[in-house]
Amino acid sequence: MAALLRVTAEPIDPRALEALVRGDDCGAVATFIGVVRDCSDDGRSVTRLSYEAYETMAREEFARIAGEAKARFGTCTIAVAHRVGDLRVGDVAVVVAVASRHRDVAFDACRYTIDALKQRAPIWKKEHYADGGSDWRENRCAEQAGAS
Amino acid sequence: MRVLAFARLRELLGGGEVHVAIADGSTVADLVRQLAGHRAEHTAALSASRVARNGRLAGLDEVLGEDDEIALLPPVGGG
Repeated sequence: MAALLRVTAEPIDPRALEALVRGDDCGAVATFIGVVRDCSDDGRSVTRLSYEAYETMAREEFARIAGEAKARFGTCTIAVAHRVGDLRVGDVAVVVAVASRHRDVAFDACRYTIDALKQRAPIWKKEHYADGGSDWRENRCAEQAGAS
Repeated sequence: MRVLAFARLRELLGGGEVHVAIADGSTVADLVRQLAGHRAEHTAALSASRVARNGRLAGLDEVLGEDDEIALLPPVGGG
């Protein structure tokens, strides 16, 4: 298995994702865990998030990103799980697990993968606030219409 | 044709999947204009979004087919 993206409405177990990428030839596993925070970037109190995804396209984008990470950093196995649906503060929203022979490749590919996913994967997040309001939030690094 | 809408656009267009009748030879830009329908909020949200045709990002001048699956993609916010 070279790359795996799982979009799921069920809770994510980071250890289970690590088990998917580990192998006897891998001396390093780097895992990024993204967790729902209780405060928005502009300081509003957040009670929950709703995620939605265009799953078929997200899977294709992830396959491209994983290919780029391997071309840049070297041989590794990458798995990503992303939640959809309603999440509470403290819930795991996304996990990236990368296994490689040595740690540099695992660290670099893990960082590249989560940054590229946030920029490019067709996944959306709505913040729900303690004051009753809500808003769709775009990532600061998100690619915009018309950008190449 | 089948149009998938996500996030803010799903809410504005009243559903995650809308069916739109298009004229022969319509382009992506024509479809976007038709969906906006002179509504300011729709126009703003659509102009900030990208359009995918059958799972690939599409240019505004691409001619649409009745069997295409179009997806409207607002700026992303995953992770």
